[in-house]
Amino acid sequence: MGNTAEKLKILPLEDLHIKARAKFGAFSGWNMPISYPVGVMKEHLHTRCFSGLFDVSHMQVIAMEGPDIDAFLSFALPLDTTTLFSGQSCYTYMLDEKAGIIDDLMITRLGKDRFIAVVNASNATVDIDEFRCRIANFNCAIRPLNHIVLLSLQGPKAAEIMCSLGFSNEKLTFMHGYEPYDGWLVTRSGYTGEDGFEIALPIDVAHAFTERLLADHRVQWAGLAARDSLRLEAGLCLHGQDITTETNPVEANLTFAIPKSLRGKAGFVGADALSKALITPPVRLRVGLKPNTHQPVRAGSMLFDENGRQIGIVTSGGFGPFFGGPVAMGYVATSCARPGVKLFTNVRGKMIIIAVHSLPFVPQRYFKG
Amino acid sequence: MIPLYFTEDHEWIRFENSIATVGITNHAQEELGDLVFVELPEAGGKIIKGQSVVVVESVKAASDIYAPVDGQITQVNEILSSDPALVNQSAEKDGWLWKMVITNEQQLAGLLDAEAYRKFIG
Repeated sequence: MGNTAEKLKILPLEDLHIKARAKFGAFSGWNMPISYPVGVMKEHLHTRCFSGLFDVSHMQVIAMEGPDIDAFLSFALPLDTTTLFSGQSCYTYMLDEKAGIIDDLMITRLGKDRFIAVVNASNATVDIDEFRCRIANFNCAIRPLNHIVLLSLQGPKAAEIMCSLGFSNEKLTFMHGYEPYDGWLVTRSGYTGEDGFEIALPIDVAHAFTERLLADHRVQWAGLAARDSLRLEAGLCLHGQDITTETNPVEANLTFAIPKSLRGKAGFVGADALSKALITPPVRLRVGLKPNTHQPVRAGSMLFDENGRQIGIVTSGGFGPFFGGPVAMGYVATSCARPGVKLFTNVRGKMIIIAVHSLPFVPQRYFKG
Repeated sequence: MIPLYFTEDHEWIRFENSIATVGITNHAQEELGDLVFVELPEAGGKIIKGQSVVVVESVKAASDIYAPVDGQITQVNEILSSDPALVNQSAEKDGWLWKMVITNEQQLAGLLDAEAYRKFIG
């Protein structure tokens, strides 16, 4: 979290958020819009029903290019970039030697020797240092891009809205992207479980483009608070909470992101530990959790079985406005990691029932063509 | 005119016929955002100034609401159990939290009046 004594970084579109009367708060060193006057509940529901617009320019975009880029990425990440064709994105993570998750990220191939990665703001410095360390023996370079705006337009109306602005997208499926203009990147992706787009664009055209988006009555600004409740309902992890260097992809239930062709191979950082983790039954697993009352259960709450034995911990917890009740996720002993298993947690002195629940809490609605 | 008091913790107290009604200010509900749960105490409980009496939960976080004065709870706003958003819609009227008898009325003198509260929140 941002240290308020430090000077916070300002979003290039801050004036538009002020004009929209956003409530600001510090996040990862940035002064970020947390919510707008309609409130997080309506921002969340509007995103699920129409379209929410998020300014995620705090996230770090990194350009990567050079003749050895495929070899470098296949070493730095548990990734087989040869299976990624131009315009294809994928979700991956950077591992340490113990297969702990340093960060999760999105990476898109833009050409034969060109990629763009988007990493979490909170880990930007660590990621850049780590990439620079891992790149030493390869003929390629990484270049953090610090003068761009990154918007995320999410929801069932996002495609129509983009189309009305001249971005035809009927052939653009989930996890694909393209460069509509110089310095732009549009990918069909997001962090809400909905269909949507992430749009990176140069600062000098960002105001005009954003105002065109906002002129559409189906578009409503949505802040970081709604981003968090939307991703939690969608069962998506937040690095630093649900995944950390102390969790590996197997217990985090994220092995879908490791191509089968890579399993058992030793070509990337963390491969040995990951191979071991893949063949060893995990001690704990990440699961969805649904409190049995209306009361939200927060991150850090301990989970107990019926004998009062601690068998897990909540890593994210809040309220799911579309789900219509409190939702959470966390880690539980593997023997308890089945939907329906009743666990207990202590909320201010009262034991309440919290049941293991399948993820996501609301169906994902990605556009798969 | 019914005396109305405010605290620096953003509560209001309406003192009428020896009973004080306590709630959070409109400014407070704006700051908290949409409430999704209100944990109410039992009627009858004795409370002392500064003690956490009610917990309100927004989508993101839980916040304590403190007793502004000493006394005994006579009634809680049960509607909030099923409709916590009433606090957002009507913080200073229908979204009241609890009613109490005050043990030491002199404590009221230490609270803010409407004008002083307005100045306090700027």
